Amino acid sequence: MTAPIEFRDVARGRALQAQLDQLLAAHARPITLLHVCGSHEQAIARYGLRARFPANLRVQMGPGCPVCVTDAPEIDACVALAERGLRILTYGDMLRVPGQRSSLAAARARGARVEVIYSPTQAVEIARASAEPVVFFATGFETTAVATAAVLLAEPPPQLYVLAAHKWVPAAMDVVARSPDSEIEGYLAAGHAATITGYGLFESFVREHDKPVVVAGFEPLDILAGLVLLVERVIAGQAELCNAFPRCVSRDGNRRALAALWRVFALEDGEWRGIARVPGGELRLRPEFAAHDARLRFAAELQEGRREAPAASAGAAPCRCGSIMLGKLTPSDCALFGRECRPEAPVGACMVSTEGACRIWYENGERRLQELRT
Amino acid sequence: MCLGMPGQIVAVEGSTALVEFTAGAAGTPGGGVRRKVALELVDEDVRVGDHVLVHVGFAIRRIAAEDLAETLAFFASLSGEEPAA
Repeated sequence: MTAPIEFRDVARGRALQAQLDQLLAAHARPITLLHVCGSHEQAIARYGLRARFPANLRVQMGPGCPVCVTDAPEIDACVALAERGLRILTYGDMLRVPGQRSSLAAARARGARVEVIYSPTQAVEIARASAEPVVFFATGFETTAVATAAVLLAEPPPQLYVLAAHKWVPAAMDVVARSPDSEIEGYLAAGHAATITGYGLFESFVREHDKPVVVAGFEPLDILAGLVLLVERVIAGQAELCNAFPRCVSRDGNRRALAALWRVFALEDGEWRGIARVPGGELRLRPEFAAHDARLRFAAELQEGRREAPAASAGAAPCRCGSIMLGKLTPSDCALFGRECRPEAPVGACMVSTEGACRIWYENGERRLQELRT
Repeated sequence: MCLGMPGQIVAVEGSTALVEFTAGAAGTPGGGVRRKVALELVDEDVRVGDHVLVHVGFAIRRIAAEDLAETLAFFASLSGEEPAA
């Protein structure tokens, strides 16, 4: 397959960079843009794109890391089930996320049974071979939620219970856009989530917030092309929606996957760690799937677990994950970054996951342009 | 967990496909990892040789070869180049 190489082609990339340079050289003010995907930040950092951005272009990462926005009480709920002897299956990047009381990794070190899987189909296989209940901690955004939906629709074994903590990203984009002192002038939407939802989903966002949105893919050329389109629209003052990832994203998205999603889940309000209570930001299992809903089956255990968890410490931690995920600060603005807070000893969730802004910056030696040039 | 990976189908059996993922930066065909991938969510018929986008063990999109060429031509047009034939 030659496609990934073509989408990393240096000459094509330079041409797009030159276009960005030209657009921003003719623009007196700085422009701040927000993307909402850890994979976008990984590509920007790994391919050194930020170092070549024009000085008056700032590209920030928003709430695009599913691990980072999973609320601490959700982690505590899963830890509570693990500590009561239940067998827990989770995606690997959830293991080390701190709850109020413990992480799943710490619970495992104390003897709890916590196993890592990479697909919900494995949860089905494990449950089918198990004589006892198994709990799948179902986290992530649209792309993982549809996979959870697919296994629940395919007559899973009765031993499979789902502790659902899936999130709906468009709702959090709304919260970021409403944030009163936001300087963001345009949004780069995540191409893989839009593969499911379709780009048409963002039409109402563009209308309501009067800001352009460009759906972009994850290779260096995808991101540069997406930024060119976005900057053109910001400069022209056009609140428009563009699709820069047409090889995967259509207007209506993947209808088969969306049908599965809405048969299994419904939107509710939910807490996004470090950000806010997000109206319609949580995907909750519908009552038809009560037989597999860990929240119902283990309600008593979860209630007990909640009593054990300490109350949230108000403002004690100087961790800036919340402001970073709102696109207001970059990781290097945080006093803890790279000092008290490192991948091997994370303070905030953004340093835990390979999709978190702080972890990506730490591992790639990423800096803001101003820091690079001084 | 949210990592999407494009890969190429090497075998199809019922609602499961064997997909080969090309190695990251090198992108060498044949050198990739092979995994079983569920086809319950993909919204088009897929065949051996097709490229698909995979998330957590599920194919979520067939990537048509003509769409790849179209995207590259579109990107070229953004930087003022003549679209490649």
